[in-house]
Amino acid sequence: MEIPYIVEARPDTGLHNGKLGIWLFLASEVMLFGALFSTYILLRVGASEWPHGELSVPLGTVNTIILIASSVTMVMAWASLKLNDWGKHRLYLGLTFLLALVFLINKYFEYSEHFGKGEGPWHSTFFAIYFTLTGLHGLHIVGGMVVMAYFLGPGAKLWKKNPDQFSNRIEATGLYWHFVDLVWIFLFPVLYLL
Amino acid sequence: MHSDPAEVKKSVRSYITVFVMLMVFTVITVAAASAHLAVPLAITIALIIATMKGSMVAGVFMHLSHEKQLIYGALLLTAAFFFMLLFLPVLAYMDRVKY
Repeated sequence: MEIPYIVEARPDTGLHNGKLGIWLFLASEVMLFGALFSTYILLRVGASEWPHGELSVPLGTVNTIILIASSVTMVMAWASLKLNDWGKHRLYLGLTFLLALVFLINKYFEYSEHFGKGEGPWHSTFFAIYFTLTGLHGLHIVGGMVVMAYFLGPGAKLWKKNPDQFSNRIEATGLYWHFVDLVWIFLFPVLYLL
Repeated sequence: MHSDPAEVKKSVRSYITVFVMLMVFTVITVAAASAHLAVPLAITIALIIATMKGSMVAGVFMHLSHEKQLIYGALLLTAAFFFMLLFLPVLAYMDRVKY
């Protein structure tokens, strides 16, 4: 049996099912990160003092630039499909994957430095919420990379069979990836600068 | 969501513009933080800039500037609950035991 409305829009919603699905998933993600941001506010307001300058601002800035750049390459990967340019799509999706990898490598160095100094999540309230928020965000980066690897590998075959469905899948991947970028846009000032 | 190649090409130009603006705002955020402003002012500036950056990502990269009504409805509901979540610490703070 064929699954309906994976390419064409449902008459009642005006959307194909995948798109509505990814947006509802992102709504649940907003609540997940929202709960943690709320926890951060509660901890910070309740603390008698809050540390400043514990994290490397240059490294955080570089990672911000990397994630913003990866959001652009992701949206360009989708736009290339709409322009029927398969080669550019592969290039942009590959670049997005690489930028995600560089982000994680930077995060690895950052985490190693803190653990080396004994500044794990047990060290203080600040490091507990820092590792919780950035760890969960890092897991989202890994999740996005798994999906991108699939579309760079075995999932790419769908382009020949059903290009519209493939474009929709890349669009959904992009929506997720931009959300991961959006979360970082708030995490960076909250944890590194304030 | 654009599907017409001419429209997509136009969108590509807006993606580049937003990319440049996001970079500029990132530099402004870091510069403002290094100016050692008073904490409430620094928090306000950083969050205003982050909200502007987030709006650009959501509006242009996620195409929310031209999306279907159902998605706007779902996100409005999400935003309402999100702000309730953020308001919870305030309620907890007001309800704290005074020593």
